[in-house]
Amino acid sequence: MSANAIEITPKLVAEHGLKPDEYQRILDLIGRVPTLTELGIFSAMWNEHCSYKSSKKWLRTLPTTGPRVICGPGENAGVVDIGDGQAIIFKMESHNHPSYIEPYQGAATGVGGILRDVFTMGARPIAAMNALRFGAPEHPRTRHVVAGVVAGVGGYGNSFGVPTIGGEVNFDESYNGNCLVNAFAAGLADTDKIFYSEAKGVGLPIVYLGSKTGRDGIHGATMASAEFDQDTEEKRPTVQIGDPFSEKLLLEACLELMATGAVIAIQDMGAAGLTCSAVEMGAKGGLGVELNLDMVPCRETGMTAYEMMLSESQERMLMVLDPAKEKEAEAVFRKWHLDFAVVGKTTDDLRFRIFRHGELMADLPIKELGDQAPEYDRPWIATPKAATTTAADFAAPNSVSDTLVKIIGLPDMASRRWVWEQYDSLIQGNTAIGPGGDAAVIRIGDGPKALAFTLDVSPRYCFADPEEGGKQAVAECWRNLTAVGAEPLAITDNLNFGNPEKPEIMGQFVGCIKGIGAACTALDFPVVSGNVSLYNETNGKGILPTPAIGAVGLLPDIAVRTTIGFKAEGETIVVLGETKGHLGQSIYARDILGRRAADAPPPVDLVVERHNGDFVRTEIRSGAFTAVHDASDGGLLVALAEMAMAGGIGCSVEALSDIPLHAWAFGEDQARYVVTLPAKAADALIDRAAEANVPAFVIGTTGGAELTLKGATPISLGTLKETHEAWFPTYMAGPDLLDA
Amino acid sequence: MKSAVIVFPGSNRERDMLSALEKITGQKPLAVWHAETELPKVDLVVLPGGFSYGDYLRTGAIAARAPIMADVKRKAEAGVHIMGVCNGFQMLCEAGLLPGILMRNNNLKFVCRHVKLETVNAKTAFTNQFKQGEVWRCPVAHGDGNYFTDADTLARLEGDNRVVFRYAEGTNPNGSLNDIAGIINSQGNVMGLMPHPENEIEDLNGGTEGRALFESLLEAVA
Repeated sequence: MSANAIEITPKLVAEHGLKPDEYQRILDLIGRVPTLTELGIFSAMWNEHCSYKSSKKWLRTLPTTGPRVICGPGENAGVVDIGDGQAIIFKMESHNHPSYIEPYQGAATGVGGILRDVFTMGARPIAAMNALRFGAPEHPRTRHVVAGVVAGVGGYGNSFGVPTIGGEVNFDESYNGNCLVNAFAAGLADTDKIFYSEAKGVGLPIVYLGSKTGRDGIHGATMASAEFDQDTEEKRPTVQIGDPFSEKLLLEACLELMATGAVIAIQDMGAAGLTCSAVEMGAKGGLGVELNLDMVPCRETGMTAYEMMLSESQERMLMVLDPAKEKEAEAVFRKWHLDFAVVGKTTDDLRFRIFRHGELMADLPIKELGDQAPEYDRPWIATPKAATTTAADFAAPNSVSDTLVKIIGLPDMASRRWVWEQYDSLIQGNTAIGPGGDAAVIRIGDGPKALAFTLDVSPRYCFADPEEGGKQAVAECWRNLTAVGAEPLAITDNLNFGNPEKPEIMGQFVGCIKGIGAACTALDFPVVSGNVSLYNETNGKGILPTPAIGAVGLLPDIAVRTTIGFKAEGETIVVLGETKGHLGQSIYARDILGRRAADAPPPVDLVVERHNGDFVRTEIRSGAFTAVHDASDGGLLVALAEMAMAGGIGCSVEALSDIPLHAWAFGEDQARYVVTLPAKAADALIDRAAEANVPAFVIGTTGGAELTLKGATPISLGTLKETHEAWFPTYMAGPDLLDA
Repeated sequence: MKSAVIVFPGSNRERDMLSALEKITGQKPLAVWHAETELPKVDLVVLPGGFSYGDYLRTGAIAARAPIMADVKRKAEAGVHIMGVCNGFQMLCEAGLLPGILMRNNNLKFVCRHVKLETVNAKTAFTNQFKQGEVWRCPVAHGDGNYFTDADTLARLEGDNRVVFRYAEGTNPNGSLNDIAGIINSQGNVMGLMPHPENEIEDLNGGTEGRALFESLLEAVA
């Protein structure tokens, strides 16, 4: 056996992404030089993507428990109790590097991976979302990446049959060479039928299910743990190829198999495939694992143990089955035309042994593979405190109205219809609020319960002040859920940063975690799952810190929900929460004034956030409001324009404030909601708000076909809509600059 | 009304259809696995939406050759009502039960949105509860809905009043010939359409206009 006897040189070690001290740790751990297969296994388990070696220390500081949390981070996905014996299981995960190298397949397999994480635990997926971040629109690769990623997300999710109901799409030059594709999925299960990865019982069969193993994706996780350089194109073979059809079969087969009671433990093969899944099952259960690779269904001939252990072929599962039900289990998989093979067994000696052609190719301590991974307390430098500003620091525009029209047509602010219409948002027939609102709402079964879903983060805030930015991302998710009438339950986080070996980048990471932790604690909004993606750098330049937050909320009665569109003429418009006109890091400052100063983002007062939100939710649930929208990116006037466009009804509003008009219109103060209600009910609302100590301001009335702000030129709804809808399709119709 | 929904590997709107049929007809429909060779005795057989066999050859082409399809053809000849929605419409065309073919959408992109449909022929078993010429809202969700056929067949379809639904008010989402959204066979018992009436049946969907299609069948088979 020559391949395994290859000499382990420092160069080979380096090619596996292992540092000299990490290699020394391996030598110390096993007391000899590893075989090639073993080196591959270590590189798969100890890379940043799988081991969280730079982030673990900080992730531990996040609040992960709560009365509704059934399972927090550490399993395939987080599990939250939604009452009546039901649970929502959800997670978000990045597929950034592969999506930049090969946009369609990278995004598609990102969606596939996260769906698998959810149904591995026994849940049928009911919702998907995506947080997508691309380079500057004018960058030659951006259009190509957008087109491929959106088609890939749709291609996989549509075929699989899950409604894709929301997300984010943003552009910034920091993502020019490193797009972000963060895929979220949520599934529904009964609380007494949740499946975990912990293996139990010695001598039980380990079964391989799903698609065959090929040579695709070898070293995918290692690739995802390194920066990009000029040789990115050469990494295309590390990207996996997705097959949503197989995944759909795998879903149905797994759920059918789980119902038979045959499944003792289950783990999907995601990053680092067979290696990671087998080690996790064994290590969690305190058991050894022995695999005979000759039994693994292969797509190609002549695959070595090394290749098979590192393959990231998609749509595969590993299970520990009750031997008494093995035949029954096999019949289910044959019915769905999927591979089923007993590839190994659990043992009592805590070793991870791999056989190929009768030869022992790897023999490693299973616990240490996972538990003894290096862990770093990386040095970090706190981001310098950003300067506070006042409205006077930001020049007023010549025309507030023209500026509004410009803002709603900006790449970051224009309608995302071009994107979401490529996603099936209606399948399963439970979509009550689809894409385009504050949060999407999906009915549970035949109701009356429903769940709300949202994704959010403002990377420019996080760059200026990581801690406030981290807080804001969580607070905005909480606010989005509140705005549809939901009780916020829990979040999943997808932490995308640059190279953690740079103290400034590590400082961004630490700051964001602190902010996220503070907000989660203050809002009783625990983190139940998540993913860290580091080394998002190209040629030494990092992305904006982007801790994307995905959040889930519960509506006890789907009939009581609110949407953003104005519903009728002559209704009163009220702003709840205080408008101070904070323009630092606003869209107005960045995109209209072109200001790049290190201004402080809007501060987040978590006590006020919670106070105002709880008031709004109570009012929604008593049926007080006809429309609700949170005021965030772009400010109050943008929120009003979005409400007018969504409802097809205009409005007349007046600032009635001492602050400059442009600061009132475009300031991005937090903890604010714009609501409408019948005129005759307005006085009572103002009284209730005063009593609850929630600032409330009547700013105008709905009606007409124009948006009219006193002191500014009226804007027709037609102009607003046209501008808002035009940017994306116009941009995407442009030439593919890669061909130029 | 007794109904059956055939489940192919890769079908994914079969649950939507099963649920719609149960809600509207009050009777639980049967789910029939594609590998079966005989359909149960029912009044309506539905081929649901989805991506049967991943749509990896041509959409619906592999499913059209599934074991159950031989009996679908026999039942069609015997006059049983057969409806194909989206992927099911594509299968009916591939199986030769309806003429023509569904090509890639003309902009080559999957599209999910609400369109307007005109009921062009309200005298069929599938449309008798619509008004002639009625325009109603219905969602579409497909990548291959661009109906095409040769000129002679098209003239015959139009001449025989076999175009049942047309995209209206400029909402054709896929470039289909003559804005065709749904057609029926000459016997009037096999109908295929691209839009999803099963996703437009309750207030939650934002409209209930799709119910009329199912109510028409209830009326026809009663």
